[in-house]
Amino acid sequence: MQQLTEIRWHARAGQGAVTAAKLVAETALELDQYIQAMPEYGPERMGAPIQAFTRISPQPIEIHCNIENPNVVVVLDESLLATVDVARGVTEDGVVIVNTCKTPGQIRTELGLDSGKVACIDASGIALDTLKRDIPNTPMIGALAKATGLFDLRPVIDHLQKTFGKKFTQDVIDANVACVTRAYEEVAIDG
Amino acid sequence: MAEQKTVAATGNTVVAEAMRQCKPDVVAAYPITPQTTIVEEYAGFVAKGRVHTEYVTVESEHSAMSACIGASAAGARVMTATASQGLALMWEELHIASGMRLPIVMANANRALSAPINIHCDHGDAMGARDAGWIMYFAESAQEAYDNTIMALKVAEDPSVLLPAMSCLDGFITTHSIDRVDVLDDESVAGFVGEYEPANALLDTDDPVSHGAFAGLGGPFFEFKRAQREAMEAARPVITSVGEAYSQLSGRPFDVIETFGMEDAEVAAVVIGSASGNARHIARQLRAQGVKAGVVKVRVFRPFPYAELAEALRGVKAVAVLDRAESFGAEGGPLFLEVRSALYDASDRIPVVSYIYGLGGSDVRLELMERMFADLSDIAAGSAQPGKLVYLGAR
Repeated sequence: MQQLTEIRWHARAGQGAVTAAKLVAETALELDQYIQAMPEYGPERMGAPIQAFTRISPQPIEIHCNIENPNVVVVLDESLLATVDVARGVTEDGVVIVNTCKTPGQIRTELGLDSGKVACIDASGIALDTLKRDIPNTPMIGALAKATGLFDLRPVIDHLQKTFGKKFTQDVIDANVACVTRAYEEVAIDG
Repeated sequence: MAEQKTVAATGNTVVAEAMRQCKPDVVAAYPITPQTTIVEEYAGFVAKGRVHTEYVTVESEHSAMSACIGASAAGARVMTATASQGLALMWEELHIASGMRLPIVMANANRALSAPINIHCDHGDAMGARDAGWIMYFAESAQEAYDNTIMALKVAEDPSVLLPAMSCLDGFITTHSIDRVDVLDDESVAGFVGEYEPANALLDTDDPVSHGAFAGLGGPFFEFKRAQREAMEAARPVITSVGEAYSQLSGRPFDVIETFGMEDAEVAAVVIGSASGNARHIARQLRAQGVKAGVVKVRVFRPFPYAELAEALRGVKAVAVLDRAESFGAEGGPLFLEVRSALYDASDRIPVVSYIYGLGGSDVRLELMERMFADLSDIAAGSAQPGKLVYLGAR
């Protein structure tokens, strides 16, 4: 794992981005990494644009501030591309992962990105198929694992089963595992 | 060293965990906005029967501290948590807790005071209580918030101290962010803090005492205050020895100040709380470029580590003091006033600049720390004069 990975999550409140930011951090902790996961707290309104952040590092993390230059950007809601500058400050070799039916090429053009990687996954479609609800957070974790190479599929699924096992029925856990697995396999990556 | 478990948890969660492990007899709390999830999680421990604490739900934060005072005077081990407006509403009770020499331990999530309305990180709440006679620890991280809470109880209850203590952690940045924390096992914490033996319990009918009696004109009020000052001075060696014992137990070093690069620093920042790491991060980068930058983090604000600060800053050419709180009409922020006072007896006259930063949760971008150190380098080189107070990063 590289020195410090900074992930910025863009979503609408209610899509599970804060949970996803936390799940990714917890998975990294299981792999003995240092972690931070925090939402940018504002008024709580369903559907409002929100940001969340995850930091992962093999060394203790001493900085406490928002992420201005992310290595990874995850966009859970495609409609944000029109209103939020999601790619702001992304590093040269950064990875932008979007929940969309479009191709990485189309998203690259929309965002005006000429470097780094762009990854696309129909996370909402996968969530509707498996969870029967448009909660695209766990598919986005599967896509993130593949597009960034941060984790293999196994630790993600192991952690999901461990943490969801305390709160949800087996059906919900199985559906989420299916989400992660499908997204890991189906994500389209360019660059 | 004790057994430890590494967890991913928020500052609030690990402070609630520290409280559970300290086994308080009484916790009194009120969910004012903004309260913390510390008392919410503690209520969960009570509901699940994981603690034997009497959990007193009251009708205001003023009453929460009143109930804590009553319980502590009765002879109970008492802990609670608050934040911003809640702490402000407790103000008169804070003085009663310290005046009655009650070793109550309270976590405070540092959050802004209105107006305008803001619930984010700001030290203005705690700094407003800095003269209330409480020992004050400040945490940089969730780990320190956990560690400080346990140490604070041991110090507060020491028979030579008997003062209330506050364990402060930064609102949202530390309270609500998930961090990697090593948590001690229950037995180790219980053994470390020990059983509480109250010195003057009201419920000890074999040895009846009065608490909070009238001490008006001709009474011993004046002498009581001197006794509080002496207790605060007596707390210094106890804070150090408790810190050493805790280091042995946890493997984590403790000092009232923590220094980085101060062996040869020419420019230095003095800072409290979660922004300390931001300053250290930039100082580390500057040192790699040959700039002799250093950072002093203040972990215990009351009693203030004057001697340690003066020693750490000896030989430095320019100092920035970073305050996440205002003291309107003063020369600078509350920490600035203390640091400049600490340097008054120094043989060299060191330029000290007051920086106000991050009020109301304003993001402490690394670039602000770069700017602050660049200012200091100019002052140290003689190419700029130390100016008046700077609002770092204000638009």
